[in-house]
Amino acid sequence: MTAAPAPLPSPIRNWLSTRGWVLHPHQRAMLDAAADPATLLIAPTGGGKTLSGFLPTLAELTAAPRAGLHTLYVSPLKALASDIRRNLQAPITEADLPIRVEDRTGDTGATARKRQRADPPHILLTTPESLALLLSYEDAPRIFAGLQRVVVDEIHALAESKRGDQLMLGLARLQSLCPGLRRVGLSATVEDPAAIARFLACHPDPCRILQADPGPAPDIALLEVPQRPPWAGGGGRYAIPAVLEAVRAHRTTLIFHNTRAQAELFFHDLWLQNDDALPIGIHHGSLSREQRSRVEAAMVAGDLRAIVCTGSLDLGIDWGDVDLVIQVGAPKNVKRLVQRIGRANHRYNAPSKARIVPANRFELVECHAALDAVRDGTLDGDPRGPGPRDVLCQHILVVACAGAFDADALFAEVTTAGPYAGLGRTAFDACLDFCATGGYALRAYDRYQRLQQRTDGRWQLRDPRAARQIRMNLGTIMDTDTLKVRLRGRGGAPLGEVEEAFAATLTPGDTFLIGGQIVRYEGLREMTVEVSRRGGDTPKIATFMGTKFATSTQLSDRILTMLAQPDWPDLPGHTRDWLALQRRVSHMPRRDRLLIESFPHDGRAHTCAYGFAGRNAMQTLGLLLTQRMEEIGIGPLGFVATDYAVLVWSVDPLTDPAPLFQGDDLRAGFETWLAGNAVMKRTFKASAIIAGLIDRQSPGQRKSGRQATFSSDILYDTLRKYDPDHLLLQITREEARRGLVDFGRIEEMLARTRGRVDHVVLDRVTPLAAPLFLEPGRVPVQGAGAEKLLAEAAARLIETAGLPA
Amino acid sequence: MRCEQSMNDYTFTLGGAELHARPSGALWWPSKGLLCVSDLHFGKAARIARRSGGMLPPYEGQDTLDRLEAELDATGARHVICLGDSFDDMQAAGSLPEDLGAWLLRLIAGRDWAWVEGNHDPGPIDLPGTHRAEIALGPLVFRHIAQPGAEGEVSGHYHPKARLGFRGGAVARPCFLIDGRRVVLPAFGTYTGGLCSTSPVLCALMDDDARAVMTGSAAHAIPMPRVLRRRA
Repeated sequence: MTAAPAPLPSPIRNWLSTRGWVLHPHQRAMLDAAADPATLLIAPTGGGKTLSGFLPTLAELTAAPRAGLHTLYVSPLKALASDIRRNLQAPITEADLPIRVEDRTGDTGATARKRQRADPPHILLTTPESLALLLSYEDAPRIFAGLQRVVVDEIHALAESKRGDQLMLGLARLQSLCPGLRRVGLSATVEDPAAIARFLACHPDPCRILQADPGPAPDIALLEVPQRPPWAGGGGRYAIPAVLEAVRAHRTTLIFHNTRAQAELFFHDLWLQNDDALPIGIHHGSLSREQRSRVEAAMVAGDLRAIVCTGSLDLGIDWGDVDLVIQVGAPKNVKRLVQRIGRANHRYNAPSKARIVPANRFELVECHAALDAVRDGTLDGDPRGPGPRDVLCQHILVVACAGAFDADALFAEVTTAGPYAGLGRTAFDACLDFCATGGYALRAYDRYQRLQQRTDGRWQLRDPRAARQIRMNLGTIMDTDTLKVRLRGRGGAPLGEVEEAFAATLTPGDTFLIGGQIVRYEGLREMTVEVSRRGGDTPKIATFMGTKFATSTQLSDRILTMLAQPDWPDLPGHTRDWLALQRRVSHMPRRDRLLIESFPHDGRAHTCAYGFAGRNAMQTLGLLLTQRMEEIGIGPLGFVATDYAVLVWSVDPLTDPAPLFQGDDLRAGFETWLAGNAVMKRTFKASAIIAGLIDRQSPGQRKSGRQATFSSDILYDTLRKYDPDHLLLQITREEARRGLVDFGRIEEMLARTRGRVDHVVLDRVTPLAAPLFLEPGRVPVQGAGAEKLLAEAAARLIETAGLPA
Repeated sequence: MRCEQSMNDYTFTLGGAELHARPSGALWWPSKGLLCVSDLHFGKAARIARRSGGMLPPYEGQDTLDRLEAELDATGARHVICLGDSFDDMQAAGSLPEDLGAWLLRLIAGRDWAWVEGNHDPGPIDLPGTHRAEIALGPLVFRHIAQPGAEGEVSGHYHPKARLGFRGGAVARPCFLIDGRRVVLPAFGTYTGGLCSTSPVLCALMDDDARAVMTGSAAHAIPMPRVLRRRA
């Protein structure tokens, strides 16, 4: 259905012409499509995407002024919401439009929130979590009465996470409250627009896709660095002089890193070599809000020449005059690279400029493959499976908070959401049963059910006071357990956060990097890490969790294609020689075969398997292999994994590797291994929190209640022992196939190689395996081995302390 | 007397009595044939459901009894002391599910069984066995909460745990705290958390030469981890 082209009301037309602006074709098209039930706009950064989303709203409200909420805007970032408010305010004020815009996020004060519920603005800017919270209120129907449009920004990013699944369930709810609701999704360039459209659509209604002109091809290449990249590691520090040179030659440069720890280290070293004292800042998610806002303000004011940053800057915040993007370390997927490139030249029709700095020799190959993919315009998108059930459980609880509901109606509503369009009734009922009774084989809670069915058949909270607890646990974002870091002393400045596990390894006097400065650990007080500035010059590095990106399937495939070439004229001589040597002394890894190398080194047997399945899957493969090696008694001692290979060291050599890579054995091993694995326990904990089994822990609770609260690991072990088919264990296994465990990609590797194993036995380390010896992140083998290490450590301590054993 | 003394026990003397800290978290006194467990917290999941609506896997009573029975079998204990907080609250003590109640009665039958009161279960409970605020036996006194200045004292209550870092990792486990005057038992119940040995209350309670004996597949003794005092 297409309405006749809507003429723009004159105040908006006049405002555009005084600015000398002409609408882009896709902005015009969005106006024309304004009456459609759902529209997805794909446009490159800088294409006036946000205005495209809001133009129909501005036009409708100007043509027919009214009270009440008209448009809801949802973005993944709080910062984006406030940014958009500023940007929208300009035309509204200058053209004097009768429109009120407000944002509502976790940062909005209690008074403002209350007022917004009583008297909603015309346009409300919010996040998926704040929307879920609004929907949980009993007066949700009143708050959203009259809502016409919802605009989902950066939908490509949301579609990759549970936050997006939750948002789509929220939209399904909104659609029931406001049947005429129209949806708009704004997306950066993506591989499969139809998948995002299916995600956004209100099923079975269609979703129209509008493609904006992608603009000129980006100017993208490797940064020319005279020094050779090192053999291993991810820092890219060898390139600092060249990076400083590039910063000097441009107005503003964004320097992206893949992890926070790398950003910290790079920033520190950059300053040591910054002889011209160029103003350079750092921005990442572990820094305190105060520090981040300071950098953001300086950036907007044009006071900074460069910012060292991570994914916290990935999304479309308006950073003004960026004219160069430098990516340090291989971009683990091409899509991310393209989106980062989009940060440069935030003006339509000007080519973006980006330079890549491979952090090590192998990444040089990876970067070449990524550049080829960008030139070919092939993005990678690993399709996500159906919507996860833990998110559905939370949604059922949110709905229950707002009032009694009918299960049939809720099922019908939920299956209009893209991620849940294929959900079966049995699966839905299992989630409802979990919310109501815990869903255990042992029916223990009949008297204390969380949800009860009333005589009219509708479901409601048994105890309405439970709503408060459900609201407190809303959302699907998992904070790793982090501790705030503060300078010691009265009103010490907050510096950021570190993982609790990292903090636990610190003893007073240890130093680490945060916010680009070296600080000294002084002690832990009220769950805050206290530090002083008296740092040495060799910091112990903070092991920020960050996000461990794995190389995407498509990029891995391109790398394998590249390795298959007879020669590599495009690569620098040092890398070309390295690959040629590998081919001469061993084999080159191939797509359809699994290369295994065995060689002795340093008095130990080594086995290297080139699976090219991405870091997470290779790590899992390492755990499974060492488990099997322990079974056959060759004494595995540890392993290290990268995106392309896993290297295992053991007491005795592995003589016949092929049986270890049988699919059935690996799968069986996987099931056993799930039992004790820390990653699985973490996965379980996240799903248990999302599904509402356990509470999120606030720092206050942790401080006071250590003795009373117990680890979710105990729940995991107990369920596995007594109720192995419980819904949450099903969900945990499902999650394990993607994400951190990523068994799905091991399956892919098995399907690709089909048992064709090339075992090469050599008398020394091979060229491709050599960098693995320098990789950080070595994993000692757990289990019997760990118990032995623990016993040794205990004995050593007793001895050191001079106590009799 | 049947006594399968595990190689994995940690053996120590307190007030002249030879005691075994078992990897399970139970305390074994071979010469008396006495097994002592603390903080079983039966009924914890049910109490949480009643109070807050959270519905944790309702199998913790079963698991606690499984492990308790295994300890009774392994040691052949004739005498059992449950050192307080056996029940998560008085209501749990009165409403143990039928199958668990029968199981517990079967374990009690034929043994000299004593319930020491805890802060969670301060009153008399409707189960066989003696009910006491504390029990003095030979050189030892068994009570739920340690008293400063006591000698030869066996107590529970704090659910102590200790953390040990080693090459490539670290573990935190429930532990016994032992010095020349007392032993504090870890919690034996399945749904129990722990209080870190570095907490001020445990540091103040235990002597400077105290050890932590970590539970697990074997009992490992280490010097009790404490917070380092910073010199000004």
